[in-house]
Amino acid sequence: MTQLHDMTVADMAAGLKAKRFSATEAAQHFLARAQADMQPTGTGSFLALNPDATLAQAKAADARIAAGTAGALEGVPLAHKDIFVTRDFPTTAGSRMLAGYQSPFDATLVQRLADAGMVTVGKLNCDEFAMGSGNENSAFGAVKNPWDASRVPGGSSGGSAAAIAARLVPAATGTDTGGSIRQPASFCGITGIKPTYGRASRYGMIAFASSLDQGGPMARTAEDCALLLSAICGPDPDRDSTSLDVPAEDFTLSLNADLKGLRIGIPAEFFGEGLAADVRAAVDGALAELTKLGATLVPISLPRTELSIPVYYIIAPAEASSNLSRFDGVKFGHRAKDFTDLESMYKQTRAEGFGPEVKRRIMTGTYVLSHGYYDAYYLQAQKIRRMIADDFQQAFQQCDVIAGPVAPKVAWKLGENANDPVADYLADIFTLPASLAGLPGMSVPAGFGAHGMPVGLQLIGNYFKEAQLLNVAHRLQQATDWHLQKPKGM
Amino acid sequence: MCLNASARRLLSNPFSPASLMSLNPQEIDRIAHLARLALQPAEAERMREQMNGFFSIVEAMQAVDTAGIEPMAHPVAAIQDVALRLRDDVASEPNQREANQRSAPAVDSGLFLVPKVIE
Repeated sequence: MTQLHDMTVADMAAGLKAKRFSATEAAQHFLARAQADMQPTGTGSFLALNPDATLAQAKAADARIAAGTAGALEGVPLAHKDIFVTRDFPTTAGSRMLAGYQSPFDATLVQRLADAGMVTVGKLNCDEFAMGSGNENSAFGAVKNPWDASRVPGGSSGGSAAAIAARLVPAATGTDTGGSIRQPASFCGITGIKPTYGRASRYGMIAFASSLDQGGPMARTAEDCALLLSAICGPDPDRDSTSLDVPAEDFTLSLNADLKGLRIGIPAEFFGEGLAADVRAAVDGALAELTKLGATLVPISLPRTELSIPVYYIIAPAEASSNLSRFDGVKFGHRAKDFTDLESMYKQTRAEGFGPEVKRRIMTGTYVLSHGYYDAYYLQAQKIRRMIADDFQQAFQQCDVIAGPVAPKVAWKLGENANDPVADYLADIFTLPASLAGLPGMSVPAGFGAHGMPVGLQLIGNYFKEAQLLNVAHRLQQATDWHLQKPKGM
Repeated sequence: MCLNASARRLLSNPFSPASLMSLNPQEIDRIAHLARLALQPAEAERMREQMNGFFSIVEAMQAVDTAGIEPMAHPVAAIQDVALRLRDDVASEPNQREANQRSAPAVDSGLFLVPKVIE
């Protein structure tokens, strides 16, 4: 039998239902791997475990399997990005501000995956409040890329991507505000999808930029992402005011649809000077495979691709500065020890609780929303945001899906951008446009680039076309073995 | 619209070097106060340099003609009308005061404690 940690979610779900192994055995196996990884030589992916809670969930899953009432993913282990609040585990959002915070409730995504029978192994490291592209902004230490421990795993869902690549869990949740599912999936050689904004509930996802934040699954295959996404999506009308009234779907139904006649739009702006040659070669290789499967490549233009950087880095910090005002040392989280009055308590608490990148974004956001600057920055950015979304609708008149690189280069070295926050921002160029437009996007392994590091192919679909993206990704994975490669020693 | 001099310059003539936004130390102090962030002097200076570095890439945005374009808040508004829902104004959650206050820094008799505000 394949080792449990090399199995996909689909394999495990089938094995559990056939009683080839139990949910308890699976939970013990992954807990042991997670515990071993929490040593200093590990990847740093996990922030918290609670073996008693995990084993209790597994026992309940075994009972449902025995009783014949198993959910679709009964007994399959996963872990959650630490931006999702959980009743059974502490939740920190990667911030000192929330060290030790215990939520009284589960996020909707956590609840829905538990309803499908999944067992939670623990909580995964991420950039502080999901602000970052390398997972180096976590207050609890950087995460190492399992393909090369001297490199970043990407961010902000870096712990999720690294844990999956290192076979510590078969699947995980992530969140994507400006690329935080797609880019770490690309850097770690796994598969991840961000659904259409509004399809997955934001309830219990600690808010960063509310008009952009969207949760989604990360796993090793498109089929596994489809299984999880089917459980995640659907309206949450009473708890998320931006949740759309779009019914849940079984995203596995059209995985095998024929790609003959599929028109793949290739945006010229994604293949310019800024794209590293090794990444381009890998992306071209994946596109060639898709043409062999019957797709045709259509040149398109997304003329405001570069503008998406300033637009995003105005809108996201503006919304963050508002969302993060709740961290004031009163109702939850850190409170400074030394202060003279209420105002100095707020100021000291926030100075001690937030890391440098979060402070920069709060400052930028506060400034662009302040009197006299709101129209020039925030409103202007929201107007260009609409133009960017309209550009996509123009493009989708000529093609069915859009494809290109996820990031301009492979995972960089830890510490490489430490003194240059803008360098990280610029590297988000290919994921920001779909984020601003609220479109579904995914990253699929497309082989390897420089230093043997993984490269992802980005697929962007029109609104609510997640099934089509997963179909394209699945057919690519049936024809190639890039997604089956694993880091040495894992 | 109420713009201060530097923002007005920025809008009217996006390409002139004078439009390059540059925050001074007093402005950093003002923003930090609005954001309720205590910044040490060295930290404030580093913040100023980094924010000015960032705003150099924001300049490109100011050159875009957005006359007649509606700002977009919910992205799916690109293809359909999106109305934010209001739920009925009735209590939907059970009282979980104890659980909700478990992570509070200072609580007494079910109340959140803050430093004295009124003498």
